[in-house]
Amino acid sequence: MATEVLEEYGTRQRLLNSDRLLAGVLIAPAIIYIVALMGVPFVLSIYYSLSDVTTGGTDAPFVGLANFRALIGDPTFQQTLYNTFLLSGMTLVVVLVLGTIQAELLIRSFRGKWLVRFLILLPWTAPVSLSVIGWLWMFDSIFSPIDWSLREAGLLGHPGALLGPATNLYWLGSGGLPMASIILVNVWRILPLGTVIVLAGLNSIPREVEEQALIDGAGYFRRLFQITLPMMLPIFGIAVLFTFVFTFTDMVLVYILTRGGPANSTHVLTTLAFFTGVQGGSLGQGAAVALFMFPVLTALSAIVLMLIRRREV
Amino acid sequence: MDVRAQSRQAGWRTAAYTGIGLFTLFSALPFYVMLITAFKRESDLYDPQNNPFWFTEAPTMANLDLLFGNTKFLTWLLNSFLVGALVVIITLILVIPAAYSLARLAGRWGETLGIGIFLTYLVPPTLLFLPFAKVMAFLGLQNSLWALVVAYPTFTVPFCTWLMLGFFKAIPRDIEEQAMVDGYGRLGAFVYAVLPLAVPGILTVVVFAFTLSTSEFIYALAFVQNSVQKTVSIGVPSELVRGDVFRWGSLLAGALIASIPVSILYTLFIDQFVAGLTALAK
Repeated sequence: MATEVLEEYGTRQRLLNSDRLLAGVLIAPAIIYIVALMGVPFVLSIYYSLSDVTTGGTDAPFVGLANFRALIGDPTFQQTLYNTFLLSGMTLVVVLVLGTIQAELLIRSFRGKWLVRFLILLPWTAPVSLSVIGWLWMFDSIFSPIDWSLREAGLLGHPGALLGPATNLYWLGSGGLPMASIILVNVWRILPLGTVIVLAGLNSIPREVEEQALIDGAGYFRRLFQITLPMMLPIFGIAVLFTFVFTFTDMVLVYILTRGGPANSTHVLTTLAFFTGVQGGSLGQGAAVALFMFPVLTALSAIVLMLIRRREV
Repeated sequence: MDVRAQSRQAGWRTAAYTGIGLFTLFSALPFYVMLITAFKRESDLYDPQNNPFWFTEAPTMANLDLLFGNTKFLTWLLNSFLVGALVVIITLILVIPAAYSLARLAGRWGETLGIGIFLTYLVPPTLLFLPFAKVMAFLGLQNSLWALVVAYPTFTVPFCTWLMLGFFKAIPRDIEEQAMVDGYGRLGAFVYAVLPLAVPGILTVVVFAFTLSTSEFIYALAFVQNSVQKTVSIGVPSELVRGDVFRWGSLLAGALIASIPVSILYTLFIDQFVAGLTALAK
């Protein structure tokens, strides 16, 4: 009996040791792949940002922080930075509010819910470079279906109309409207994600808690503010994190809708990096523009993760 | 329930259905316009008086004929599928062992390392594409589909490892311990006892590696200029717009046709996607 136990112990120990080796062997390929193919470009991008490298050039003279200094003094870059935070901030607020309302609506069951769900998720599930083309048409300077609807409703296109006598609004034309259009489309795209994250949170609240509160006579708003919202805080943290990250790092929307125009007024960091680095050929400056995203991403991820994790302790 | 409460509830229900209706309209309207426009005649489309939400003249197949006959749309679809399939295979090969190792073998480091790997998913392609293009040139892959096959696992692997980790953790340890008592080794127990139970997870990984690949835009834009090597997410927006000439009918038809299959797949698995994101809060 004793020897059997001992033998089993020995086997277990051997297994444990071989487990550790196996653990390393199994995880190594994934880590090597990621480190090689993300680490190398990442280090290269830091190196580029400190040098004067161009697409055609073979040498890359070291210029220190010159690229960053030039950017900070550049009005286009300042506008770009402002646009990026305006887009991310506005999207965040609107998506959280509308996403919570939409989740509250979708949590009940009703007939045809699968179809409604499919349609509501479409802006997020469809490839963004394709779905945004639909918005390019919605915003067309002459044939815009939105403008047509406004004209039919009498709000546009005749003297004294609420939105002006011109036949079109020129959504991507000039002034503040192009940026507002970009925010609208971005909200449209991210809203489904915000909704399903909040929905997952609502579904994870134990039924008994809510029912007990109902029995105790707590009204809707009391339940909302004292039970639902506090229990949902980590989920809202997740919604904030991903809404922000997916907006902040996206390039497609602005690239397809305005290409940063008119007159560079609607660039975000990602499109400016692309047009500077690829179209303009100054890789160094382009890399510097893109690198401005990194501290923001790191800080945000760290803050959100810390907030979420601290609750457990 | 008294009459007042009943009528108040009816009021709530009307408000809820109206809300759902408005949200659905907001989400679906651009796709509906794409659908209608795909079958519109040019003379119908380019008259600002005509209703853009319905047909003023009889519908036509001309836009689809042009899309399939005179553009490389089918080639791009095929390219997208090919890249997606290869990325799925690479992702599975890297992710399944890695996630199993994190879930079972790496001990208390597993969770931390798992989060670390997941966080690399937050490093966006828009940060890396400039030097990445040079790396691809160095590897001799510029202007080719293969550049995408190599690059896409950098975002599918972190996300899918995290997803798969969750699935493996949900499988009771007893299962493989029993298999090992029955004489299987660690690897045998993994293959014969654990993998069959992990099929839903593997399916989820397949779907996300595929949909994330087919939706990707930035790397495709930066790495591939040759039009026969393009994927659909880059081919449609770049090749169907020539200078200032938009072929709106074909453009919107192509965008819609390529979107729908991806959307259906994604919708079927979106709960798993969200579970992966919210697992960070657990």
